[in-house]
Amino acid sequence: MRKSKLSEYKMIQHLERCKGCGFCISQCPSDALYLSESVNSKGYPVAKIDEGKCTKCAICYTVCPDYVFERVKGA
Amino acid sequence: MPLQLMKGNHALSEAAVRAGCRFFGGYPITPQSEIPEYLSARLPQSGGIFLQAESELAGINMVYGAAAAGFRAMTSSSGPGFSLLQEGISYIASAELPAVIVDVQRYGSGLGDISQAQSDYFQATKGGGHGDYKCIVFAPASVQESADLVVEAFDKAEEYRNPCIILSDASIAQMVEPVLLPEERGIDPDKAWAVRGKHGGEFKRVTSTMYYIEDFDAYIKNKYDTMAHNEQRWESVHTEDADVVLVAYGISSRICKEAVSEARAQGIRLGLIRPITLWPFPVNAFSGLEHVKAFMTVELSALPRLDEDVKLACEMRVPVRHFLGGVSIPDSSVITEAAIAILKEQR
Amino acid sequence: MVEKRIPQLLVEDNKFCPGCGHGNINRVVAEVLEEMGLADTTVGSLAVGCACLMMDTFGVDWIQAPHGRAAAVGVGVKRVRPECCVFTYQGDGDSLAIGLSETLYAAIRNENITAIIVNNGIFGMTGGQMAPTTLSGQRTTTSPKGRDVSITGQPLNIVNQCRQLPIGYLARGSVASAKDINKLKKYIRAAFETQMSGGGYSLVEVLSPCPTNWKMSLEKSLEHIENDVKPIYPLGEFIKKGEKTDA
Repeated sequence: MRKSKLSEYKMIQHLERCKGCGFCISQCPSDALYLSESVNSKGYPVAKIDEGKCTKCAICYTVCPDYVFERVKGA
Repeated sequence: MPLQLMKGNHALSEAAVRAGCRFFGGYPITPQSEIPEYLSARLPQSGGIFLQAESELAGINMVYGAAAAGFRAMTSSSGPGFSLLQEGISYIASAELPAVIVDVQRYGSGLGDISQAQSDYFQATKGGGHGDYKCIVFAPASVQESADLVVEAFDKAEEYRNPCIILSDASIAQMVEPVLLPEERGIDPDKAWAVRGKHGGEFKRVTSTMYYIEDFDAYIKNKYDTMAHNEQRWESVHTEDADVVLVAYGISSRICKEAVSEARAQGIRLGLIRPITLWPFPVNAFSGLEHVKAFMTVELSALPRLDEDVKLACEMRVPVRHFLGGVSIPDSSVITEAAIAILKEQR
Repeated sequence: MVEKRIPQLLVEDNKFCPGCGHGNINRVVAEVLEEMGLADTTVGSLAVGCACLMMDTFGVDWIQAPHGRAAAVGVGVKRVRPECCVFTYQGDGDSLAIGLSETLYAAIRNENITAIIVNNGIFGMTGGQMAPTTLSGQRTTTSPKGRDVSITGQPLNIVNQCRQLPIGYLARGSVASAKDINKLKKYIRAAFETQMSGGGYSLVEVLSPCPTNWKMSLEKSLEHIENDVKPIYPLGEFIKKGEKTDA
C-alpha cells in the first residue's frame, strides 16, 4: 500500500469550539499557532493556524481539550 | 405445591428469587441477616448475583446499578442500616428505576436494640431520603405475607418504575409459620430503558428524570397521585358495626386481631383496620365508618407515628388515640382494656 | 500519516472551562472505546462533580450515581451484565474523599471494571476547595493559607493504596503535554483491554489542570503539574496484567 503523503492531508478547525486556552500554541513544535484577534460566538479569542508554518503534525489535535482541530484527507 | 414451615426472612428471600430477583447487594445487621445469608446460597443457583457490600451505602448503589441494567434487584437492612440506604433510595426514585428494599425494623433510635419494633414508620412512608418522592410500602403481618408481598413489591416497582419497601419487623422476620411459596417466574432484563450499551441506538442516561421530562412538576405529582389512588391495600375486621376501631399493621395487627375477638366475646364492638400498604395509606378503609366513635392506633414504638395518618384519614371527625407497645409486645387483653377505656370516655 | 478525526462518541461540544484537562481525557477515552469497538456495549458510571458534565456530550449509556458511589453502581451493572464494558469516570474529590470506600472496595474485590480518576487537586465544581489530593502547602478556598498537613493529613496517593492489591492494571498518566497525552492513551487502552480480557480491576489516575480554580493561566498550570504535582504523584504503569512493575 502506498503511504499517504503530507500533501494529501489538511488541517481543519472548528473555531466555534475554541475556548482560547492556548494549549495548542504552547505545544506546537512549528510555532504555527497564534491567538487571533477574532472572537467566536462563545466570546473566546480563537487560536488560528499559520498555514505557512504548519507541518500538519496534528499535535494540536492531541492537546486541544475542546476538539477544535482535525487532520483529514483532502486538498 | 405443599405448605412448608419457613422463617419469615427465609420465605421472603425465596419468594424474591422466584419473583425474578437476580441481584442482592447488602450488609449484615440483625434482625435481617437471614436474608443475605439465604440469598448468598440461593441466588447463584438461579444464575443471580449475591454480593456482600462493604456498607449499606455501597449495597443500595449496587442495587441502583443492577436495576438500571434492567434486572430485578433488592437489598435489605434494619434500623441504623435503613438510614444509610436513604440516599440511594432517593436516587433510585429520582431516576425512576424499580428496586425492592426490605427494612426489618428493630427498636429505637441510634444503635437501639435488635428486638421487634415499628419505629421506622415515618422514614419508610414519608420519604426517608431527600426530595420529592414516595415509595410504596408493604407491611407483611405473617410469613405468608412476607412471601406474597415481596412478589407484589417487585411487580409494582416495575409497573411504576419506583422503589418499593417491605416494612417488616423482627417478629414477623424471625417467626416460623407455614407458607405457600409463589411459582418461579422467568426474567425480562432487556427493557427499553435498561443501560446495557446503546447497541446502535441513542445513548441512555440514567439520572434524575427531571432533566428530560417536560412539565416535570405535574408529571411527578400525577405519578404519585396515581399510585396513591390505585395501590391502597388493607384488611378490615369487624369495622361494619364497631364502636372503636384499632389501626395496626405487621406484628401489632396480629395482637389486635386477638383483642378484637376477645372484646367481641365480651360484647364490646371492637374492630380493626390493618393497613397492608402504609404508603399509600389506605384512606379508603376509613370511608363509611361514620358509626365509629374513636380510633386507636397500636404500635410497637416509643413515640406515636401511625396516629398522624389515621387522623388525616378520618379527617379528625372522632378522637384518635394511640397505644404504644414500646420495647415489649403487649398482651391483647391490655389493648382491649385500653379500647374499653376510650369507649367509656366517649359516652 | 493518518487522519486525526474527533471521535464520533463526542456527540456535542464539551462543557468544561477553558484549559480544563477533562476535555483531553474525554477525547482519549472516546478514541480508545471506538478503536476497541466498544462504543455500543459500554456503560459509564459517574457521580457528582465536573466529570458529570460529560453525560450529555459523550455518547455512551450512563448512570449518574450519588456523590462518591460510582464504583458501587458500576459494580452493580457489571455483575449482572458482564458482557458490557463498564467504567467509572470521577474526579479526585468524588472518588477519593466521599467515595474512597466504594473505590477501594471495588479494587479489593478486583471487580472487572475500569476506573478513570481525574486528579486536579481540588473540588472543581464547588469552587476549588481542598481535596484529598491537594498538595502540602497548596492554597485552596478551604485551605487559604495553604494545606497544613499537620491538620489535614498527607495528600492521598491512590496508586500507592492500590499497588498492594491483587488488581489487573494500575497506572498514572497526565494531560500536561502532547507526550503525556499519547502515553495516557496507551494506559487507558491497556486498562480497557484488561477489563475486556477478564483481567480484573483497572485504574488510571490522570493528573489534570484546573486553571479556573487554581487561578493560574494554562501555561502556569502546566508548569505547576510538571514542577510540583508530578514529583508527588509520579507517572507510569505500576501493575500490568496483575503483576507489579518496577516503576
